[in-house]
Amino acid sequence: MTAPTLVDFDDVVARFDPTLGLEVHVELSTNTKMFCGCPTEFGAEPNTQVCPTCLGLPGSLPVVNRTAVESAMRIGLALNCSIAPWGRFARKNYFYPDMPKNFQTSQYDEPIAVDGWLDVELDDGSTVRVGIERAHMEEDTGKSLHVGGATGRIHGAEYSLLDYNRAGVPLIEIVTKMIPGTGDRAPEVARAYVTQLRELVKSLGVSDVRMDQGSMRCDVNLSLSPKASGELGTRTETKNVNSLRSVERAVRYEMTRQAGVLDAGGEIVQETRHFEEQSGSTRAGRRKETSEDYRYFPEPDLVPIAPSPEWVEELRGTLPELPWERRRRIQAEWGVSDEEIRDLVNAGALDLVEATVAAGAPSGEARSWWVSYLSQQANTREQELTDLPITPEQVARVIALVGEGELTNKMGRQVVDGVLDGEGEPDQVVEKRGLKVVSDEGALITAVDEALASQPDVAEKIRGGKIQAAGAIVGAVMKATGGQADAKRVRELVVERCSAE
Amino acid sequence: MSTDLTRLTAAELAGKIHAKEISAVEAARAHLDRIAAVDGGENGVHAFLHVAGESAIASAELVDAGIAAGTGPASSLAGVPLALKDVFTTRDMPTTCGSKILEGWQPPYDATVTARLRAAGVTILGKTNMDEFAMGSSTEHSAYGVTRNPWDRSRVPGGSGGGSAASLAAFEAPLAIGTDTGGSIRQPAAFTGTVGVKPTYGGVSRYGLVACASSLDQAGPCARTVLDAALLHEVIGGHDPLDSTSIDAPVPSVVAAARRGAEGDLSGLKVGVVRELGGEGYEPGVRTAYDASLRRLEKLGADLVEVSCPHFEYAMAAYYLILPSEVSSNLARFDAMRYGMRSTVSSGGGVASAEEVMAATREAGFGPEVKRRIILGTYALSSGYYDAYYGQAQKIRTLISRDFEAAFTQADVLVSPTTPTVPFPIGDKIDDPLAMYLNDLATIPTNLAGTAGMSVPSGLSDGLPTGLQIMAPALGEALMYRVGAAFEAARDADDGGPLIARVPEVAP
Repeated sequence: MTAPTLVDFDDVVARFDPTLGLEVHVELSTNTKMFCGCPTEFGAEPNTQVCPTCLGLPGSLPVVNRTAVESAMRIGLALNCSIAPWGRFARKNYFYPDMPKNFQTSQYDEPIAVDGWLDVELDDGSTVRVGIERAHMEEDTGKSLHVGGATGRIHGAEYSLLDYNRAGVPLIEIVTKMIPGTGDRAPEVARAYVTQLRELVKSLGVSDVRMDQGSMRCDVNLSLSPKASGELGTRTETKNVNSLRSVERAVRYEMTRQAGVLDAGGEIVQETRHFEEQSGSTRAGRRKETSEDYRYFPEPDLVPIAPSPEWVEELRGTLPELPWERRRRIQAEWGVSDEEIRDLVNAGALDLVEATVAAGAPSGEARSWWVSYLSQQANTREQELTDLPITPEQVARVIALVGEGELTNKMGRQVVDGVLDGEGEPDQVVEKRGLKVVSDEGALITAVDEALASQPDVAEKIRGGKIQAAGAIVGAVMKATGGQADAKRVRELVVERCSAE
Repeated sequence: MSTDLTRLTAAELAGKIHAKEISAVEAARAHLDRIAAVDGGENGVHAFLHVAGESAIASAELVDAGIAAGTGPASSLAGVPLALKDVFTTRDMPTTCGSKILEGWQPPYDATVTARLRAAGVTILGKTNMDEFAMGSSTEHSAYGVTRNPWDRSRVPGGSGGGSAASLAAFEAPLAIGTDTGGSIRQPAAFTGTVGVKPTYGGVSRYGLVACASSLDQAGPCARTVLDAALLHEVIGGHDPLDSTSIDAPVPSVVAAARRGAEGDLSGLKVGVVRELGGEGYEPGVRTAYDASLRRLEKLGADLVEVSCPHFEYAMAAYYLILPSEVSSNLARFDAMRYGMRSTVSSGGGVASAEEVMAATREAGFGPEVKRRIILGTYALSSGYYDAYYGQAQKIRTLISRDFEAAFTQADVLVSPTTPTVPFPIGDKIDDPLAMYLNDLATIPTNLAGTAGMSVPSGLSDGLPTGLQIMAPALGEALMYRVGAAFEAARDADDGGPLIARVPEVAP
């Protein structure tokens, strides 16, 4: 296959208008599958989370997961969609070994949510309104692993392994309306949309939206039309776009590739393409001689979904504050910069810090503990920050103990270590490890006097007004007290004792 | 043994077992012996595809132990033997649906009907023969050989549930379970002189019933008397959270209704005679029996009113679009990837690809009638044809429901002959699908509307049984059983005994 001619991006946008369309699949994090009671946990031993229904065994029947329907409705409502008062599931018929029934139970012409929008904020602060065509429910397929053969696809494989743990996991497919008029910002708009959609879905608590684990997947539709022609070009659909960066790269690549084809007098073929992470390019999927006919018809094994207006309103009431609005509010409350808030979000620490602040800690200290010491601990332990065995309340308690002078910062870290190691609540750790700032002034004064006596030249310097020399005495006192003294108080005492003499 | 236990009704058997006059094990053994005597051999009935002797005895022993220990029978039918159509999953017996493609498949789970029978202490004797995936009206489409009609073993017992019906008429079991998609319980009942009930759609769980057409399939009881059918109906009926289309309402009190009906008074009830069913296209012998049935209903005090259901005329056409459409999708799962038969013939030699395995298995595993319907349904659902076929058929379906609604404003129940003919000779219609389809002319509208229907023996035509179909609105089973029981009692009284007593002895 010859390499396609790519047109320079600036040249493309000078002569063509891109039209975008994005289809995002979100895997819901419900406890059970869409149509049966099997667990959905990621990464379990193959074929251990299966039953007659998700294996499509003869005689088995589906029952709709109410939580999945609620999640779909909440996603729809958060995207400003209308919720259909009545709708049926449909069967999408096609043969493939990873689909146990050889039809996918999906929604076809009666989706649960239609006609909404999402305002997408770009880097320069401007906003693009992306129309939402629909959001519908469906079930995931199993996973195939094709072994042998060059392509890793079923054709040419020696044998294939099938894992049906994922079969029947609930999916929501969110489809945008056509997004015209984004010009040179098309790649950025695509990325910003997926970023913001991910954040929105995450804030609803209905999915962990991990693109790396496939719990959020994106297909990019793109077409070009000659500038101001008013015609819509033929689109391609690029699949396997599995990171935010890839979304941007896939759009950019397709724009430059399609322009090359059009410039050479060629025609864009309506086809499915695959994004190649390594090269950042797309390649054509297997060309189908005939267009696939899925023979959709209403699923006779399920009754229609008919959410009452009361149910819809009840769910609307559960929508959280939009993540970007919440970010702006928190930023103002804490008085932090755009960059700092972004760091918190990227570190996955925003919720934790907010909860720590809610537990009484000052925001500065709360941020500092989570972003530095606790992030380090998470790294060392190869855990997510949120999975560390310490609660925001416990962190707030440590911050309070340090703030009240009960602990030094170093001791505070030791208390956190203790909590992480399962030694109990911060106060119990303090007790068990005997971590107390030495505040018995008599003992401290004795220690200071001893240190001064053992280093008479230093003591002389201090008495002579060189206060900065006090550090050596403070260090000796700290050493003598096993680090349990409050260094600030020690310094004060050193200066006091010297001037008193 | 003074009485032949196989000649007793289920109610009688249960009474004797629960009164400790006989044991459940004795009842089971008597029927297993009978099966061994008449089911096999070249001219045997061949109602069973699988006989589960050991588990039947074990189940009966449990019932006896419970009664001996004073914990009482688990249900009104505890210890009574039953024949289960081979379309229900059973974790301790194979489930083939009469198809090669499932030969030897043992499901890892029990159907809800199976589980309810077990919980009720019913003794499951084995699995009965059927047309492949319940497609057919004669059991000739079974991959495992035809079932013979005990009334005349050169004739078919009807289908698809011919095995279940024949097992009753051959006294191999007093009870059986069938499924009715277009008449597969009622038509075999009519052909074998037994009682068969298609409950309201959603009245009995479909979980574990291997689907033919999901929106039409309904499991139901088969027996030799209306009361026995009612007893079984109450054991298997009722809401099942595993079946979304199952009705969340109490099972109609059909046992009480059957007992009341047996008292023989139908005065004040309006019985609708469907103008479009029973006239043209029905054999003279069938019409004669039907006329006599109508007179008998009048004698019982019922008011006969003629009702018209003008869209029934299109029922057959609509049915043969909706059913194959659902079949084409439901049967797609038989692809050799996970269970059942696997053919690995490669077209190009060498290792067969997954696609080739699927195609070769389906080619070798499905019989001609199943293939015919898969192809028909695939076509009907194709883009560009959907509206003209599947879409139009659904409209007809709505119109048929409206016909029923209108008719039920004029009458409490409706009646018709169950079938246009008496049992036909084996081989007679096997090469003529349209003639075969016409068997279900009178039964199909009920499936399309999701309402209830039953067939009770109405008489003989040249020594072959005929059936009267009684139809009721959704969840109107009680009235249907009452009319059925009244009719049965009157017919038996006029005839000097039950029709089934006149079935020729099947010589072992």
